[in-house]
Amino acid sequence: MTGGAATGRAPTGLSLRHRLAERGVDGQLLLLVPAMVFVIGLFVYPFLYGLGLSFQPTKGGGAFADYQRFFSDAFQRDTIWKTLKLSIPAALFNVLASVPIAYRMRGRFRGKRLVTTLLVIPITLGTVLTAEGLLNFLGPAGWFNRTLMSLGLVDQPIRLINNYWGVFFSLVITGFPFAFLLILSYLSGIDPSLERAAATLGADWRARFRRITLPLLAPGLATTFCLTFVLAFSVFPSAILVGDPTGTTRVISIAAYQAAYEQYDYPFASAIAMIMGAVELIVIGVVLLWRSRFYAGSTGGKG
Amino acid sequence: MSTPTTFRELRLDGVGRSFGGQDALQGLDLTIRAGEFIALLGPSGCGKSTALNCLAGLLPLTAGSIWQDDKRVDTLPPERRGFGMVFQNYALFPHMTVRNNVAFGLQMRRLPKAEVTRRTEEAIRLVQLEEHVGKLPGQLSGGQQQRVAIARAVVLEPSLVLMDEPLSNLDAKLRLEMRTEIRRLHQSLGLTTVYVTHDQEEALSMADRLVVLRKGSVQQVGTPEELHNRPRNWHVADFMGFRNLLPATVAEVRDDHVVVAVGGLRLAATPMVPLSAGDEVVVGVRPEDLTVASGGVTGGGSPAYGSSTGSGTSTYAAEATIEARVEVVEYQGREVAVEARTPQGVRLHLRTAERLAPGDTVSLAVAPGALLAFARGDEALPSGAPVLGDASEPATSRDGVLATTGGEVS
Amino acid sequence: MTTLNPTAPTTATGTRRRIVASPGGWLVWGAVVLFMVFLVGIVGSVLVNSFGTRWFGTWLPEGATTQWYSQAWTDFSLMSVIIVTLEVAAAVVVLSVLVGVPASYVLARRDFPGKKVVYLAFLLPIMMPPITYGIPLATVLYKFNLAGNITGVILANLVPCVPFVILTMTPFIEQIDPAIERAARMSGARTFAIFTRILAPLLVPGILASSILVLVRTVGMFELTFLTAGPDSSTLVVALFNSMNAAGIRAQQSVDAMAVIYMAVMMVLLVIALRFVNPTQLVAQVKEEPEP
Repeated sequence: MTGGAATGRAPTGLSLRHRLAERGVDGQLLLLVPAMVFVIGLFVYPFLYGLGLSFQPTKGGGAFADYQRFFSDAFQRDTIWKTLKLSIPAALFNVLASVPIAYRMRGRFRGKRLVTTLLVIPITLGTVLTAEGLLNFLGPAGWFNRTLMSLGLVDQPIRLINNYWGVFFSLVITGFPFAFLLILSYLSGIDPSLERAAATLGADWRARFRRITLPLLAPGLATTFCLTFVLAFSVFPSAILVGDPTGTTRVISIAAYQAAYEQYDYPFASAIAMIMGAVELIVIGVVLLWRSRFYAGSTGGKG
Repeated sequence: MSTPTTFRELRLDGVGRSFGGQDALQGLDLTIRAGEFIALLGPSGCGKSTALNCLAGLLPLTAGSIWQDDKRVDTLPPERRGFGMVFQNYALFPHMTVRNNVAFGLQMRRLPKAEVTRRTEEAIRLVQLEEHVGKLPGQLSGGQQQRVAIARAVVLEPSLVLMDEPLSNLDAKLRLEMRTEIRRLHQSLGLTTVYVTHDQEEALSMADRLVVLRKGSVQQVGTPEELHNRPRNWHVADFMGFRNLLPATVAEVRDDHVVVAVGGLRLAATPMVPLSAGDEVVVGVRPEDLTVASGGVTGGGSPAYGSSTGSGTSTYAAEATIEARVEVVEYQGREVAVEARTPQGVRLHLRTAERLAPGDTVSLAVAPGALLAFARGDEALPSGAPVLGDASEPATSRDGVLATTGGEVS
Repeated sequence: MTTLNPTAPTTATGTRRRIVASPGGWLVWGAVVLFMVFLVGIVGSVLVNSFGTRWFGTWLPEGATTQWYSQAWTDFSLMSVIIVTLEVAAAVVVLSVLVGVPASYVLARRDFPGKKVVYLAFLLPIMMPPITYGIPLATVLYKFNLAGNITGVILANLVPCVPFVILTMTPFIEQIDPAIERAARMSGARTFAIFTRILAPLLVPGILASSILVLVRTVGMFELTFLTAGPDSSTLVVALFNSMNAAGIRAQQSVDAMAVIYMAVMMVLLVIALRFVNPTQLVAQVKEEPEP
C-alpha cells in the first residue's frame, strides 16, 4: 500500500535544494537581475559614489569640511529653509484643497472625464512651460493684472513673478492636479456602502465624513502629501525662471546645481545633494510615522 | 522533448513541503500503480493541494523524493515530467480559442502540424465540444470550460493526470454529470489519475483508493469500502459521515465488543483499536445508523425522560435505547434530518423516515456494529465538547454540546 | 477600450450625483473654475504671444504672424532637437519595458528573502528628487565619458523609468491567474514560451499603458536630461529652458513659439496616452507597499 522505508539519506546537494525551495529561491529570480543591475549601476553606485565624494572636499580640511562649509555659510544653509518654506505650504495647500473638491466629485457625473483630463494637462506640460506661461500671465502687463486693474481692485500691477509667489503658483498649478487625482482615486476606493451604512445609523454628512471617510482616507492623504512634497521639494526650473534665484527662492537644488556646474566643485555639490536627500527623507519619515498610527487595511472598495 | 513514457508505478517517498518552517505536508508515502484512480481527500488546508502541486512539480519539495519506477522525477521541472493537470478554476488561456488551448501542449512538444491537428480534433471530439472549437473560453459555460480543461490535459496522453478539485466550481447537477464523465474517460483511456477533493462522496464514488489527509499528514489510505466501514481514527470517521462523535469511557471489554459509558448511557461498541477498561475513547455513529425504536410521542415536558439511563443498574444490552427529545427537524425529501438531545444534554443527529416534530420524545437504538470506538488522542473534539463524568452522574448542563458535525468541511 | 487599469475605481453607485447643491458646492466649483482660468491664462498667453507681432500694454497683440515659428525653428534648430527627443524617448521606453517587465513579474508572483529591500531599491529612485541623485549620477557618467551625449541622457532617464515600469506592471501581472501559467507549464511550456505565448499577449494592454506613461515622463523630464545632456543631446524641454534662461538674446515671442511646439508635442502624447489609460493613472501609479 504505502511506499516503503526511506531510501537512505539525501545527498547534501539535494538537501540544499530542499532548503532553498523552502525559502522560495530558484532560477526564476534571475529575471530580477537586469533590473537590479540597472538600479545598482545607475542609482545605488552613483549615490554611494556621491556620498564618498562628499567626504573628499576639493579644498581639503577633513572629511566633513564640505558639510561644515554648507552649514556655516548662511547663504547656503538658508536654502534648506527656503526650500521647506516653499514646498511644505505648497504641498499642504494642494492636499487640503483637494480633499473637499475630490469629496464632492467622488461619484459619477457628466463631464468627470473632461475635468480630470483638463487637470492632467498641467502635469503633462511640466514646470518649465508653466513657468513660461506664468511669466506672461501674471506679469505686470499680463492678463491677470490687467483684469484686476480694469476691475479697479488695484491701482498698479501687483508683483506676482520673480518672487516667492511666482514659484508658489507654479507649484500649485502642477501639484494640485496631481494631489487631486490621487485623492480622488483613494476616495473612489472607499466602499460607498460604508457611508450609507453610517447614514442608516443616523449620521449626518458631517459625521459621516469625520467618522468614516476621513479615517479611511488618512493613510492616502499622508501618501499624497509625501508625493506632492517630493515634487515641490525638488523644485528647480521654476525657482530659476519665475522665482528670485539669487534671493528668496534660492532653493537647495539651485545651490547644488551651482556648486556642480558653475563652480565645478563636485564634492561640495554631492554634499549638498546628500543634505537635500536627507532633509526630504526626514520629512517623509515623519509623515509616514504619523500615518502608521492609522488603520491601513482594506477600505472595502476597489481601487 | 520526448513524449513521456508511461510507468509501472510512481512512488512518493517521504514527500514533504514546508513554508517558512510551517509544515504544509509531511511524510507522504504512497505508491501509485499505473491505471489507478487515487483521490486525495481532506478538509481545506489539509495539504492535499500542496501534495498535488508537489507531484506536478509546481512546488519544489522540501523533503523526500518522487520516483517513477527507477527514475527520480522530483528534480525535474514540471514541463519535463510529462504529467497533465486540470485546475480548479480551469485556468484556460483566455486569449486562445478552444482549439488553440487544446493544441498548445502539442505545439510545445514541437509535434508535426498534421499530428497536432489530428490529436486536437480527437480530444475535442472526446469531450463533445466540436461546435465550440473557434470560441474563446470566456464565451463558454462553466461545464464547457471544464471539458476544454480536461481535453487540454488528456490530449498529451500524459503518464499521470492530476486533478485539483475540478468540479468544485460547478453547480450540483453538472457536478454529478461531470463526475460520471471523468470516470468514463478514466476507464476508456486508462489514465492514471490523482484527484484532489474535499467532497467525500465524490471521492468514494470515483476513486479506486483514497488518501485521507489532515493537517499535512496522512490519516489513512485504503479502498472506499475500507474507509467507509473501518475508519482508522475519529478524524477520518468525522470525514466519512460519522456526524455523532461523543467522548466516552470504556466500561468493560467483551469478546468482540466493548461497553462504553457515554453521557449517562452504556452502549455496546465495536473497538477500532485495542482497548481496555477505563480508556478514554471517542465513539461515533452515522445519523442513518441511529434508528428510532419508538417515537412520535407528542408532548411538552414529557416525563419519559431518562427511562433507561440506568443509574447504578447496568443496561449492557446492545438494544439499549436512548431517550431523546427532538429539537430541530429538517425536511429532506424521503427522510428528515433530526437533531435531538438527551436529558443529559448529549446532542444527537439522526435521519429517519418517521414524521417527527420538535418537542417529540423518541427512543433511539444503535446496533453495536454501527457504533465505533476510537482512541481519543490528545486533540479535543472539533466542537470542544466537555468530557462527561461517570455514567451514574447525569450531566447538569443543558448546553453541553457533545456531538460534532463535520463543520470544518466546507 | 475605455480603461485598462486593473485597479480602476469603479464606484458602482449607478446614480448620478448632483454636484451643484449647496454653498459648499458653489465654493468647490468656484475653486475649480479659478484653477481652470489660471490654466487657460497660462496656456493662452503663451499661445497668443507666440502668434503676436507687438504686444505692449494692450489686451491682445497688434497683429498676428507666424514668423516667430520659422525663426524659432531655425534659431533653435528644432528639427534636430525633436529628433533627439524622440530617439531618447523611444530608447528609454524600449529598454525600460524590456528590463522592467521581467522584474515586475518576479515581484508580483514570488516571495523570497530580501523582497522588501529589492522593492525599496525600486521605490527610492521614484521617491528621491532627481537633482539629488542626478548630480552624483552625472558625475559618474562624465567620469566614464558617458554623459554629454545621447547615451548619457538615455541612461539617466532610465533611472526613474525602469522602477516606474516595474511599479505600474506589477498590478497588471497580479491580476493574471497564476494557474494559467501553471497550466502552460504542465502542458510543457518553458519559462521563455510562457513569457512569449501566454504572458505577453495578456499583458499587451498593461505594457502599452506603461510605455505611454514612460514616454510622457521622458519627454517631460527636465532635471536628469538637463544634468547629463550636451549641446547636441538636449531634448525639447531642456532646449526650452536654456532659451528662456538666456533671456534677452532671442525675442520673447520666439521662445513662446518654441514653448507652443513643446506643448503641441506633449498634447499629442497626452491624447494618445488617454486612449490607453485614464487620467488618474497618469499620476496614481505608485503602489505604496509590497504585498506581505
